[in-house]
Amino acid sequence: MAKTMAEKILSAKARKDVRAGEIVEAEVDYVMVNDITAPAAFDEFEGFCTPPLEKKMVLIPDHYVPNKDVASAIQAKKMRDFASKYKIRNYFEIGSGGVCHQLMIEKGFVAPGRLIVGADSHTCSYGAMGAFATGIGSTEAATVFARGVLWFKVPESMKFEVNGQLGRHVSGKDIILTIIGDIGVEGALYQSMEVVGDTISALPVSERVTISNMGIEAGAKACIIPPDAKVDDYLKGRVRDTYEKVYADKDAEYSDIRKYDAKDIVPVVAKPFLPSNVAPASEVGVTIDQAYLGSCTNGRIEDLRVAAAILKGKKVHEGVRMIVVPASKDVFDKAMEEGLFKIFSDAGAFISGPTCGACLGGYMGVLAPGERCVSTTNRNFIGRMGHMESEVYLAGPAVVAASAVAGRIVDPSEVTG
Amino acid sequence: MNVNGRIWLFGDDVNTDLIIPGRYLDNYDPSHLAAHAMEGANKEFASKVSPGDIVIAGRNFGCGSSREQAVTALKQSGVSAVIARSFARIFYRNAINLGLYVLECDDADSVFSDGETAMLDIDAHTMCSDDGSRRVNLTEIPNHAKKIIDSGGLIPHLKSQIGKRDH
Repeated sequence: MAKTMAEKILSAKARKDVRAGEIVEAEVDYVMVNDITAPAAFDEFEGFCTPPLEKKMVLIPDHYVPNKDVASAIQAKKMRDFASKYKIRNYFEIGSGGVCHQLMIEKGFVAPGRLIVGADSHTCSYGAMGAFATGIGSTEAATVFARGVLWFKVPESMKFEVNGQLGRHVSGKDIILTIIGDIGVEGALYQSMEVVGDTISALPVSERVTISNMGIEAGAKACIIPPDAKVDDYLKGRVRDTYEKVYADKDAEYSDIRKYDAKDIVPVVAKPFLPSNVAPASEVGVTIDQAYLGSCTNGRIEDLRVAAAILKGKKVHEGVRMIVVPASKDVFDKAMEEGLFKIFSDAGAFISGPTCGACLGGYMGVLAPGERCVSTTNRNFIGRMGHMESEVYLAGPAVVAASAVAGRIVDPSEVTG
Repeated sequence: MNVNGRIWLFGDDVNTDLIIPGRYLDNYDPSHLAAHAMEGANKEFASKVSPGDIVIAGRNFGCGSSREQAVTALKQSGVSAVIARSFARIFYRNAINLGLYVLECDDADSVFSDGETAMLDIDAHTMCSDDGSRRVNLTEIPNHAKKIIDSGGLIPHLKSQIGKRDH
């Protein structure tokens, strides 16, 4: 029987031949929790009265660290104490860590063919490396700490084929926003997306991660990209254990197949209040108060380079605050070595160490009533980055950098000429 | 199980940031979360909701983050069930795992009004207006999920399974 990537990986991990619609118990390779989701998971876990499967566990404080207040400090301490109590090696303290999804990929936990779950909805990011990865809740994470397995309904799959050469300033963010604009925020509900085509093969791994990261914004359970030599190269020297690449069979069954021509994709923005509310950046034009560059979606070195190339020698518009947040220590160090911080700082941007803080309206860039932010993050729901009457416009790094200079949302070509 | 409760009506795409905004996630105490339940969608909800009340919504309820706090906030508020045209995947699993009834229905949001009370019969998967004039059928909860909810959630369910194996 021909299988999709989701069916193949879940079959391997369930050690039986399964297809879409079946419910299986499958062996999980890694389970990740962060400082928002870990504390409840720890409480639930203690009820099992069993040692945790520490090799499978990855603990990454990132949402409200460095501690934003006493309550956050207590949650983060709970994580540190748990790691110490059970001698969990894969705990990443601030200063060596960063945003959980970037770290999971950088530190070699993610590899093709693996089944990874995380108590954070953007766990689907790892599909970019050919893994089946999906978000779960704290309670489920606790059961994986204890048992190493979890039940899954094998999803149906939708295929998205993107072919052709992308235009100037068009990136992975524009591809995924265009797809979500097309199918809607529940267009892939309960399904696994497979994103393929020569445009995708030509993308660097970092932009593929941006695409898989936002699969959840279309409701998807996973968003998988066939792994290739670029993934092998990325994993050299960082991957833990061995891995085997998995591909869909030629005649696998898909619930839907959609095709896109790369030349039709332009720099876009998702306007408030849904990621599917997509329009060309050139048609948006609204003034902005804040420009945010960072997050698990677009906080990688490649994203910072794109923004720096636009900001070099220019100034952030008067009345606009620009915030740059590298997604990990490695990204931070690289940006420093490459002189990107000097470019951002000279332009008048504020630079911080890695944290998720502002993306979910926690701290380090919260919006006041009536304020508008253009952001490389992944959600623009009502009140997502602050007050209920603030607005978030989602875009790629080129649009965010150009808009920061222009003081309003623009197509990058308006600033770069 | 029968529940008589006030209906709280919501639209499509009620996301987890509306159910429990991110700024409250620095404390996972259930009563703290319940005090801010649905704050982004209806400011009166948290102070006026009573045990047994029923949330009815449109499509894609619970989309967005994996935060289990969204389910905890509703459950601690006393909400007996959420009925929606469809649910986002992670919220749906979280609800089952914490023992909150989540039922799909294509027309509850057009048949019932915000503020009225209705009778929900979980076992018969129907909901009926107080005067008996309007009734909708709900999609049956899958058997494996119902077993988990009836045990009180995933952890008690797994413990009961372990108990069964031991004896």
